[in-house]
Order: sequence, then structure tokens, then C-alpha cells
Amino acid sequence: MEYLIGIQGKDFVIVAADNVAASSIIQMKQDQDKMFKLSDKILLLCVGEAGDTVQFAEYIQKNIQLYKMRNGYELSPTAAANFTRKNLADYLRSRTPYHVNLLLAGYDAVDGPGLYFMDYLSALAKAPFAAHGYGAYLTLSIMDRYYRPDLTRDEAVELLRKCIEELNKRLIINLPSFTVRLIDKDGIHDLEKLVPVGAK
Amino acid sequence: MSYDRAITVFSPDGHLFQVEYAQEAVKKGSTAVGVRGKNMVVLGVEKKSVTKLQDDRTVRKICALDENVFLAFAGLTADARVVVNRARVECQSHRLTVEDPVTVEYITRFISNIKQRYTQSNGRRPFGISSLIVGFDFDGTPKLYQTEPSGTYHAWKANAIGRSAKTVREFLEKSYKEEDMESDTNVIKLAVRALLEVVQSGGKNIELAIMKRDEPMKILDQQEIEEYVTTIENEKEEAEKKKKKT
Repeated sequence: MEYLIGIQGKDFVIVAADNVAASSIIQMKQDQDKMFKLSDKILLLCVGEAGDTVQFAEYIQKNIQLYKMRNGYELSPTAAANFTRKNLADYLRSRTPYHVNLLLAGYDAVDGPGLYFMDYLSALAKAPFAAHGYGAYLTLSIMDRYYRPDLTRDEAVELLRKCIEELNKRLIINLPSFTVRLIDKDGIHDLEKLVPVGAK
Repeated sequence: MSYDRAITVFSPDGHLFQVEYAQEAVKKGSTAVGVRGKNMVVLGVEKKSVTKLQDDRTVRKICALDENVFLAFAGLTADARVVVNRARVECQSHRLTVEDPVTVEYITRFISNIKQRYTQSNGRRPFGISSLIVGFDFDGTPKLYQTEPSGTYHAWKANAIGRSAKTVREFLEKSYKEEDMESDTNVIKLAVRALLEVVQSGGKNIELAIMKRDEPMKILDQQEIEEYVTTIENEKEEAEKKKKKT
């Protein structure tokens, strides 16, 4: 039911997450923010088991900050992604695994933008575009058709909008709005909330 | 019978000798000075003359604990590393459980509790450091605290620890003026003047860190320190000239 999407452009990454927090068949909250700021240029998008998501994401967030305090500089997105993966993998092989699906998006001064897909089995993959949730089945093919590595910011937002319209059209579950953020060399920027046409 | 062997033993006249010896170790360390202004807090340390082949950047005596708190110490550097690391973890742990940054008093109390535990443990010696902890609480009030190897802590308006701490503290008591502390430049100048009392070769051997409310800690570079030193020396000359005239 929850949906995450990320698209990497030439010098930016754009990410979006739905805003619904549900408990069984009831929408408890329609303005839930599922993105966690790991550092000035890294965002972690986290969905999955209720409670596991916030617990795991905040734990990673504070550890990334601790690294910064100890060493005087921030972890790169690659390092942060691998650190997250290792933690998830360790917990998976314990009595208390976390059931979370993640997207990690970041900008590195040297390597540029990066998007990392991670699932609850702790598989990590760097990808130009990625999505989580039932919505991924519908939107990955849209991105296959229209994605180009040199997308401009506006084109990326358009591609995002195409995906979200498709969700609104075909998904049995109504996702009324999506938080959108963009990461580039200047940090994390909030973009306008995306509301699919015809959504209640 | 010698009462300074084990830390867990009081002497007949009520002293914990190991703690007092730890304080002696602190007195051997290089001087650190802290000043609490109205909108800015400053920590300055005496940098021992760096030998030619040593990398200057690895001798950092001022450590950030979190975005709103930082610390300078006098005494055993290795002991400080352990304490600072524990404090850094606690700062993040506090944020994780309470969703708020630590107050300066909280982290000072935490560090002092660690130090006290080591004055009452079997087989462990106390930490040989005193520290000056400065920062801003999330309500904006500036704070300066000092901790000691015994585990006590006090709040100060301005203080010094380490070698010649007494001289520097007396200088601070003479020169600290509440009204001056409104201006950030005056706060920095007071810290620099206090350090210049005991540092032999001037600006080269001073390391200074400042923090303004809601801004991250900034370590001043050599050039900025030299500017302050020159300003202070000029002011001293002016004061001398005035004295001679009257």
C-alpha cells in the first residue's frame, strides 16, 4: 500500500513518498513524512512494518550524525548506504529483524548524485531509478519507457507526475498526496506536494 | 600505611589521594580558557609549540560534542578522548530517545557522573582531565561549565583550567565586565587576552573556537587570531600612553 520512488538525474536525485499512515483498513494520517534526513545531502525513505520503520531509520540517522561528530566530516551516500545495509543484514540474522524497505538518495561532491535501493532482506542495489510497494509494479515500466540519464529537473518532475497519475488510475488503494524532495549540490530542497488529478 | 594506593580508600583525614593526584595531572596540562558572553561562547586553548615534523591538525584540544555543545580539556589527552567519545554517543542517544538536543548542563552532568564512577571503582583510576564545556541550550541561553576529576561540576561566567589556571582566573576576575559581554568581539578579546597572559609566543600558540547562538562551532584560523592579538596589543599601547600622559 505504501509507495516510494526515486529518480536520478545528471546532477540531482528526486524522491517522492506517499503520505498515508494506515492501520489495517483505516487511514490514520494523511500527512505522514516517510523521509528521514540522514545528513545535509542524504535522505532515507523508509516503509514497511509499523514501528520498525521509524525505529530503524532514526537509529541509522543518529549513527550517521555520531560519525560526523566523531570525525568532523559527513559520511558519503555510498558509505551511508553500505552502513545501513550492514545494520539491516545483522539484524536480519538476529531474533529481532527489521521489516523495512528503503530508498537512500544522496549527493556526493566527488561522485555526484546517487540512488540506492534496499529491501527487507538487506539487498542493496545502486540504480538510476527505483520504487517500492505495489505501485512499483505499475511505475517501473513507465520509467523504463521514459527515463533518460540526462533528465532536467522539470522533466524528472514530469516523469514523477506520470507515475503518480498511473497509480491513481490503476491502484485499488487511493494515495491522495505525495511528498517530493530534491537533492543536489546545494542540499535537500522541498518541492511542491504532488496531488494526482482526480484524487479526493 | 600509605593511603594513596587504591582509589577506593579514604585517608584518615578524609582525602581521596588518587583524585587529588589526578588534579595535579590536570595542573600540568596546557591552559584552556572559557568565556560565556550574551550571544557568543568562546573556548581558547594554549597550543604547545608544534615540532617541525608534526602535522598541526592532529593536535585538536577543542572537540565538538554535538551541534550545540563543545568542550576543551586540560590534562591527559588520551583520557579526554575516551570521555569525549562517550559524551558524543550520549548526545546522539539523547536525541534518539527524547528528540531534543542535550542541554549543556545535561551533558556536563553525564560526563561528571562518569568521572565520579571512576573515583569509586575497584582497580580503575580517575580520569586525569578537567574540562570546560560550553554551548547553547535549545531555549537560547549560553552556558559554561567546568568538570573536575572528582566528578564535581560548576557553572561559570568565565574560567580557566590547566597550567597557570590561577593566574588566568585572577586576570578574568579583574577584567570580566558584564556589559562588555554583549559584544561578540569583546568576548573573543577577553579570551585571547586571558590566554596571552600565560602563552609565551603570542597568537601562534593559541587555538580558539567560537559559537554564536543557532550557529555551528567555528574554529578561528591563524590569521583571524593574529588580528585579535594585534588589536589587543594596540589597545595595550594606547592604555600605556594614556597612563603616561595623566
